[in-house]
Amino acid sequence: MTINKIKPLQTCLESVTDGTTIMVGGFGVPGTPFALIDRLLETGCRELTIIKNEANEDGMGISKVIEAGRVRKLITSHLGLNATVIGMMNRGELEVEFYPQGILAEKIRAGGAGLYGIVTDIGIDTLLAEKKERINLQGRSLIIEPALRADIALVHAAAADHYGNLIYEKSARNFNPLMATAAGNVIVETEKLLSPGQLVPDQIHTPAAFVDSIVQLESLGSEYGILEQHVL
Amino acid sequence: MSYKEKIARRAAAEVQPGAIINLGIGIPTLIADFLPDDASVLIHSENGILGMGLRCRRGMEDRNLIDAGGNYVTLNTGASFFDSALSFALVRGGRLDIAFIGTLEVSHTGDLANWIIPGKYSPGIGGGMELAQKARRLVVTTTHTTRSGKPKILEQCRLPLTARGCVNTIITELAVIDVTTDGLVLREIAAETDIDTVMERTEARLVIPSPPPIHF
Repeated sequence: MTINKIKPLQTCLESVTDGTTIMVGGFGVPGTPFALIDRLLETGCRELTIIKNEANEDGMGISKVIEAGRVRKLITSHLGLNATVIGMMNRGELEVEFYPQGILAEKIRAGGAGLYGIVTDIGIDTLLAEKKERINLQGRSLIIEPALRADIALVHAAAADHYGNLIYEKSARNFNPLMATAAGNVIVETEKLLSPGQLVPDQIHTPAAFVDSIVQLESLGSEYGILEQHVL
Repeated sequence: MSYKEKIARRAAAEVQPGAIINLGIGIPTLIADFLPDDASVLIHSENGILGMGLRCRRGMEDRNLIDAGGNYVTLNTGASFFDSALSFALVRGGRLDIAFIGTLEVSHTGDLANWIIPGKYSPGIGGGMELAQKARRLVVTTTHTTRSGKPKILEQCRLPLTARGCVNTIITELAVIDVTTDGLVLREIAAETDIDTVMERTEARLVIPSPPPIHF
């Protein structure tokens, strides 16, 4: 019997409940798992904690879940392209925790690598350093940033096989391979499903060990397409 | 040419062949248009690109190829893609030669404040703190004053800092100013202005070198 992690979209998020912590890949449109996010919205689960680089743009992707009032807390880096979510944050309807982008990435990477945290001087002279735990190392007082893990990670891949080996495309890689290591249950949507052996081992970005479920996308919805506001 | 393009053109002249550079949002993005087109510079984009090219012509967009501001871009020869952890390893690890960044305020000791106006503007941090703190050279490209004409180059920043003592050079439509241990040195001034005008629009004290600043 060969390994086969293919699941239907309809049942792939059965383990999500109220209060679940979920990492969501993507930086803007590239790498955002829009189909899995739509499914998450359909589950109706509330009080979610979402970890994502940004909140997509107004009315798109994870922003829909936040706008529907399903998210208690957002752990993120930048919301500059989403005035709706910034408004919710300013009105106190959404708790937001900001990190420098690369520190967010490293916290996730550390979580995925079974480490407890990282030590950094980023933000040391700023508001960010307030109330952070410190450690003296190499003659300097530095910030301890705890590692991040989630119950579930939602990942978008360009290609996958039945084992769960993944390849990402161009700038759609971003946080996806990091998040794929840092959750107890890693659910991947893929544009292409290839037979085992068709992916070149040297070119695989995420090895099968990290992946729990693969959902094959029948087609790509309009959210995956070109955003007119970013066209010249 | 708009004043923003003028700032970008002057900023592009700071880039040496072979450099690895990052262009922030706003005026810095325009710098790409003024770089030599011989692919002798590699542009880093926070979302995991080294060797990013110019913005994409209409109709040629690739849905998986954007810059950190969401705009569709092209690739230059020698380009590579990587994940977000590696993207900032490149920055924090000292491999980024110059970061160009916009600002709200900059101080006479090179403090930078560009991420938050408490109660008014707080979109988050993005890659700004890491770029400011860890680029080998940080060049601020900004209008000399705010829209209401208030100086942006101050004795001390009033807004919360992005990073302390991180700025090396400030390029505005009026001047090129180096942050040195002797203070802010007025290296160049724009052709259509004079030293008095620049000093009038700058809150921080400026050091006038000898020989005096050349025109750009």
